[in-house]
Amino acid sequence: MSGVFNNFNDDTICAVATAMSDAGIGVIRVSGKEAVAICDKIYRSAKMEQTLRSHNPNTIKFGYICDGEKVVDEVMISFMKAPHSFTREDVVEINTHGGMLIMNQIIELLLKNGCRLADPGEFTKRAFLNGRIDLTKAEAIMDIISAQNNFALESSRNQLRGSIYDKVKKLREQIIYEMAFIESALDDPENYDLNGYPEKLKTKVSTMITEIEKLLDTADEGQIRKDGIKTVIVGKPNAGKSSLLNTLIGDERAIVTDIAGTTRDIIEETVRLGDIVLHLIDTAGIRTTDDIIEKMGVDKAKSKIEEADLVLYILDSTRDIDDEDKEIIELCKDKKTVVLLNKNDLSDDIKISEENVLEYFNREDKIPVIKTSMLKGNGIDELKDALSLLFFNGDITPKQEVYITNLRHKELLQKTFESLKLVDDSIEKNLSEDFYTVDLSNAYAYLGEIIGEEVGDDLVEEIFSKFCMGK
Amino acid sequence: MNVFTEKYDVIIIGAGHAGCEAALACSRLGLETIIFTMSADNIAFMPCNPHIGGSSKGHLVREIDALGGEMGKNIDKTFLQSKMLNTSKGPAVHSLRCQADKMEYSKKMKEVLEHQEHLTIKQAEVSELIYEEPSDELKAEGYKHIITGVKIFSGITYEAKAVILCTGTYLKSRCLTGEAITYSGPNGLQPSNLLSQSLLDAGIELRRFKTGTPARMDGNTIDYSKMTEQFGDTPVIPFSFDTDPADVQRPQVSCWLTYTNEKTHEIIKNNIDRSPIYAGIIEGVGPRYCPSIEDKVVKFPDHERHQVFVEPEGTFTNEMYIDGMSSSLPEDVQIAMYRTVPGLENCRIVKNAYAIEYDCLCPGQLHPTLEIKNIRGLFSAGQFNGSSGYEEAAAQGLYAGINAVMQIKNKPYLSIDRSEGYIGVLVDDLVTKENLEPYRMMTSRAEYRLLLRQDNADIRLRGKGHEVGLIDDERYNKLLKKIEQTKNEVDRLKSINIGANSKIQDFLTRCGSTPLKTAVSLAELLCRPEMTYDMIAEIDPERPTLPKDVIEQVEITIRYEGYINRQERQVEQFKKLERKLIPADINYDDVSSLRLEARQKLEKFRPVNIGQASRIGGVNPADISVLIIYLDSMNRGKQNEE
Repeated sequence: MSGVFNNFNDDTICAVATAMSDAGIGVIRVSGKEAVAICDKIYRSAKMEQTLRSHNPNTIKFGYICDGEKVVDEVMISFMKAPHSFTREDVVEINTHGGMLIMNQIIELLLKNGCRLADPGEFTKRAFLNGRIDLTKAEAIMDIISAQNNFALESSRNQLRGSIYDKVKKLREQIIYEMAFIESALDDPENYDLNGYPEKLKTKVSTMITEIEKLLDTADEGQIRKDGIKTVIVGKPNAGKSSLLNTLIGDERAIVTDIAGTTRDIIEETVRLGDIVLHLIDTAGIRTTDDIIEKMGVDKAKSKIEEADLVLYILDSTRDIDDEDKEIIELCKDKKTVVLLNKNDLSDDIKISEENVLEYFNREDKIPVIKTSMLKGNGIDELKDALSLLFFNGDITPKQEVYITNLRHKELLQKTFESLKLVDDSIEKNLSEDFYTVDLSNAYAYLGEIIGEEVGDDLVEEIFSKFCMGK
Repeated sequence: MNVFTEKYDVIIIGAGHAGCEAALACSRLGLETIIFTMSADNIAFMPCNPHIGGSSKGHLVREIDALGGEMGKNIDKTFLQSKMLNTSKGPAVHSLRCQADKMEYSKKMKEVLEHQEHLTIKQAEVSELIYEEPSDELKAEGYKHIITGVKIFSGITYEAKAVILCTGTYLKSRCLTGEAITYSGPNGLQPSNLLSQSLLDAGIELRRFKTGTPARMDGNTIDYSKMTEQFGDTPVIPFSFDTDPADVQRPQVSCWLTYTNEKTHEIIKNNIDRSPIYAGIIEGVGPRYCPSIEDKVVKFPDHERHQVFVEPEGTFTNEMYIDGMSSSLPEDVQIAMYRTVPGLENCRIVKNAYAIEYDCLCPGQLHPTLEIKNIRGLFSAGQFNGSSGYEEAAAQGLYAGINAVMQIKNKPYLSIDRSEGYIGVLVDDLVTKENLEPYRMMTSRAEYRLLLRQDNADIRLRGKGHEVGLIDDERYNKLLKKIEQTKNEVDRLKSINIGANSKIQDFLTRCGSTPLKTAVSLAELLCRPEMTYDMIAEIDPERPTLPKDVIEQVEITIRYEGYINRQERQVEQFKKLERKLIPADINYDDVSSLRLEARQKLEKFRPVNIGQASRIGGVNPADISVLIIYLDSMNRGKQNEE
């Protein structure tokens, strides 16, 4: 039902207007009354002072998209004033060259600043309803909306792999049960008593909020792909850390950006392994000393490992595991870790096997152990596969719909989160139970949109099936 | 032979709660009206529970009253006990419920009908609809016939411009108590067996619904000492906005609470195969919200006991209504089952519990005016439309009655949408949804519940009542004054600031409230949950003297302002979709991009606007987008032609 209210054309919408691809330039289109105002919140001109509002319409300018102080991307931006635009509304078009990851990030910024993600075919629909498109195209436009919507639903379903789907479904079941209980008690107060119920609900709602936060983190998988997986390389001196680093960044094509550094003092680097982006922490340390453990001491290494999402632990397979290794293994025990058994080309002297490593780690999850030879450049593909499995369940399909669906899901999860917070707030303020269901039902509807289920008469169904109504 | 004995403007078929309101509305609006009943001694009869109101139903009664209906006034005259439910909850779910004296209720309503100008009461079974072929214009709007009158069993015909079906549970009804089946209406009254065929012939689709009622006990055989006494409220708040509260402060009669137990449940389980429902004899679909005791036991096996309310049927009789234990089990099982309940060990059944099956309308056949789509001038209301409950019936009767008059007088129809009243929710749900079981009102069905309170039904709907002509100027002006006084007082409380001086701090401490940090308005102070309007009188010496109902509105308006504003914003959005009209002659087959399911549903319900379309099950937001584009392209096409 909530989607129905997107039919007024009085809000500002945004979406990627070109096919999303890593190959080249992409265009993000923003349309609606607030288009300029919203874009001005994230846009800085080349001289960092001019606003989009002060640009002449129909000119294209160079500038930056910023998230607060942080520059997200260099862009070319243009602004077309209503009615001289595709939709006959104020339209801003942002030309980026940062590929999908950057586009995704810009869209998220726009959403944060007051845009709504456009529904399938919505730009065309507005163009038509505002008289921009010829009557003869009406049929075609209806087909587009219908087809794009089916496609969006399908890709959404495809993407909701088992666990998330189950979680959303379970959350919905919990929410509707509570709603039904409240409503039954309001309907039949002599039969169902709400004494002490708000406290119980508060606990349940806070559990649900935590669940949603976890799901939001999952939705941030896109975030991980974009910013890169925070990675630290550890290992004893001479195990091959700097060779690994060089192998990873050595390939020119793999370099995405150098952040906040100069050539002399690079402290962080972002590299891409196929579809996976690694954000390497403290690479300077490795380069200059080739040994962060030694230089900084185990304590410092510990804090680096804590900060990281991923530990690449490189072991010299020709040397036995010693106390120092055991210390590192201990530090890695709660982290996603990939062990690289290096120098595997020296087959005669192999002292550590995969089994040995697993034994030392002694973890429930089987950590990937990869035989590498940095000298020969072997094992990088295997590393890639292992990372893909570790972070994305082996599912790396960086297609346009993945990102869009992801954004949609995230937007809806965020709304669910806010609704549940409002329930919590109502309980906190001692409001009576009938106020809770307002926001509970919103949360229920948002979660339903994620898994493509309508609300319909669910509540009435739940009341009658779970509660015994009397008088 | 086609001799009309008499000519009327409107014919009402059935004198239950829907029929009475419909008849009164039509005659009060000056149209010559005749109401047919199977039994003139059973007008406004209450064949099931002896109460009016309750959660959300109480809202309906208030709305009926606001529009100029009779139910609220009649129960104010005849209640035995009155209670405001949910007073510890928010104002949106407060609900008034009264125990009625059934005989008195029926008598008083009959009296009102008998004294009503332009209204004739006639005891007869209507057996046939009479209709003609409509004009081409009407055909284009989808009408297949135009109603001209009815024929009764004796063969006499009555001519009218509109007919309102209020047949309740009487169409081809049969009552079941175990294996014993009687082909009768409720309480042994005569059923109406002929009209159904005429309706089918006219192209109206019918289905079977069922409902049930518990036994009535001889009160002398009940041991009340084993039950908990349930009292009414003091003081009593009247249902009608026009009833003087002083007139309803009278002695009340108690109800009694007891429970079923494992013994009861065992007897039911052992005999479940003898229940006509479980044995498959009953074909009608029953309501789940007021399940029979055998349903409760089967569907909720973990409940060790169920509540049983023992309620008086009236002062004219000893009979007690056993609320919570409706049943269609055989008589011998019934008596054994009831006698397991504390206080009923030695009970004697005066009237057995039974289930009743009846014909009613299939969904998708109603205009939002409650006119039947196929037949111009044929309206329907109440249980025939698939609802249940006296209040739901009365609300529809009033609504259909008013709209029949509007049609005849060629005036705009009365329209109440989902943001304006429970009546709007009820009518929209009946018109727009499949409703696979008898439909009962519930507050959870109202999206804008916070706005649709029982306390402000007059503010919401009296204006409409006045416009159609059922509310006179005097009553309307009284309402305008109430609205003005409320507004002025809210403004005044917002404008008066009080400082954090020692007198105020002392006052707050005495009230158990936290002292002020900075100056606040009286309105802000009233937002504190522990404060009431009466309490702050002490620090508000210049307040005007206001009636109680104004003070209530002031308190609610200020206290819930944030929530009310939020819902009002939602309503604005809702209204925008309601204003996007769909032409009556739309051909959904032309809208090829609609998904098949959506197209079929839209074709079945033929919604009048986009908002209604969006509420039909199986129509999704993308379908709505497609529809909007289609309508826009049609409009532009027409403009181009001109």
